[in-house]
Amino acid sequence: MAEANDVLLRLTDVYTDIGRYQILHGVNLTVRRGRVTMLLGRNGVGKTTTLRTIMGLWKARKGEIVFDGQSIVGKATPDIAQLGIAYVPENMGIFGKLTVRENLLLATGPKGFAQERLDRVFDCFPALKLKWDAAAGLLSGGQKQMLAIGRAIMEQRRLLVVDEPTKGLSPAVVEHFIAALLALKSEQTTLLLVEQNFRVAQVMGDEVAVMDQGRIIHTGSMSELDKDQALQQRLLGLSLGVGA
Amino acid sequence: MNREWRDRLQRWAPYAVTPALILVVLPAMGVGPWLTLTVAGLTMGVMLFLMASGLTLIFGLMDVLNFAHAAFITTGAYVAVTAVGWVAGWTSEVSLALNLAAMLLALVCAAAASGALGFVFEQIIIRRVYGAPLLQILITMGALIVIEQMVVVLWGPDALPLPKPAALRGSVIVGSSPIETYRLVALCVGLIVAVAMQLVLTRTRIGLLVRAGVEDREMVESLGYHIRRLFIGVFVAGTALAGMGGMMWAQYQTLVSSQIGDSMTVLVFIILIIGGLGSVGGCFIGAILVGLTSNYVEFLSPKLALGSNILLMVLILMWRPRGLFPLAEH
Repeated sequence: MAEANDVLLRLTDVYTDIGRYQILHGVNLTVRRGRVTMLLGRNGVGKTTTLRTIMGLWKARKGEIVFDGQSIVGKATPDIAQLGIAYVPENMGIFGKLTVRENLLLATGPKGFAQERLDRVFDCFPALKLKWDAAAGLLSGGQKQMLAIGRAIMEQRRLLVVDEPTKGLSPAVVEHFIAALLALKSEQTTLLLVEQNFRVAQVMGDEVAVMDQGRIIHTGSMSELDKDQALQQRLLGLSLGVGA
Repeated sequence: MNREWRDRLQRWAPYAVTPALILVVLPAMGVGPWLTLTVAGLTMGVMLFLMASGLTLIFGLMDVLNFAHAAFITTGAYVAVTAVGWVAGWTSEVSLALNLAAMLLALVCAAAASGALGFVFEQIIIRRVYGAPLLQILITMGALIVIEQMVVVLWGPDALPLPKPAALRGSVIVGSSPIETYRLVALCVGLIVAVAMQLVLTRTRIGLLVRAGVEDREMVESLGYHIRRLFIGVFVAGTALAGMGGMMWAQYQTLVSSQIGDSMTVLVFIILIIGGLGSVGGCFIGAILVGLTSNYVEFLSPKLALGSNILLMVLILMWRPRGLFPLAEH
């Protein structure tokens, strides 16, 4: 059980409906400071809904969401974001008509770019420097994802919530992303990642939560799940071999 | 042709439509009428742009279909009549400085009144119908009727004159073509406003947020910005622009009736559809195309004049079903 002051985000018995469909059926999830929590599960089990509920994009019908000791249920999305949560949606949320520079500028404070932060983004994703004045809509899928993550780390954030960062990317680009995310991890950035790519989860994750039918059905350390092939098979339908 | 070139052609072709139209009609009408009608078309286009630009942003940012937009055009026109009435001496005197000052006063009053009405309208009516397109149509059409009748109560049922300022009544001769002075001034004023708007949209943070919000408002909110507050500002600015457009159109027509806004509604929606809903650049090009087409067709084939803009819209939609400059989300 995580210590209370160690916990950055806690969802307790969260229910969310979309229209007349009940999607989340009492989600309980804990994200600890400075750790990478992987949210895993098959398609359509409620992972994205969980992230959107945290961000206030869909309202929880019932339950409690506490971020750094403060309830955020019912708060407007911008107020939640201003608490220091950066969100990268599954579709990346890139503004295609704006340039790379303008996309990044939107994530900065009133004073605009801080050179140190900008250099950090360029260190992680050098391609963004080369495409600085290009329309974001003309970037490749991998470059768009770099821009989305780069935008999320333009300012100091307390929690990064990222929905399937490697979806649809080529293996070479996925490796690049793993390196970039590991760099963030090494800086003790708190991350909540939804990921379908189990290899990425293996490399990145400290903690893991597995969802099924709108509930969390397993929580524990990633290393445990990584070693237990039977558990992988039971929870995720995977058969990758121990420590694969 | 390789794919890269085909993509480039697809991207740039819409920009070529207006110059192509201007050049294509030249042999059919001769230089004199062509120049006169082109200036008239451009003038009409920039005035239509003022009226339509706010509506396209309002739709783009919040998906709000505001059929009451015509009411703000009407309000601007009537307030201009009152404002010009305060300084009647300025417009009857043949003094360019005084005439322009009167025009400026009328523009500011029209924009302020329409913008203020827009603020009240957004607070009382629009905010209750977010995300409900059918309710938006019904309630804004109802509000249009109410506002137009209030205008009749305040200014009376008869059409009111709004004469052009004395120094702007004649024509200047360019080559052998007479060009109305008022049209040139209106063209300049319209272009100044359009350029100012473009600068705000492209050079300021608020403009950046508006452009981003038009594309994906949910993401803008996820970045920590309250799009609702931004939308109120855009709504007020959009209605103020409609008021300015109404003032200029009324003075161009020299007569104001309570139907002045209604008569522009169809054209405004055609412009929005041609340009691509939510796109300000598309709205500008759409407005210029509609202005030019109206003037050219009226000269070349008066019988087709009534349906010329519908025909233009059909042709453009057959070529680009989402308009000339579609936005990703719409």
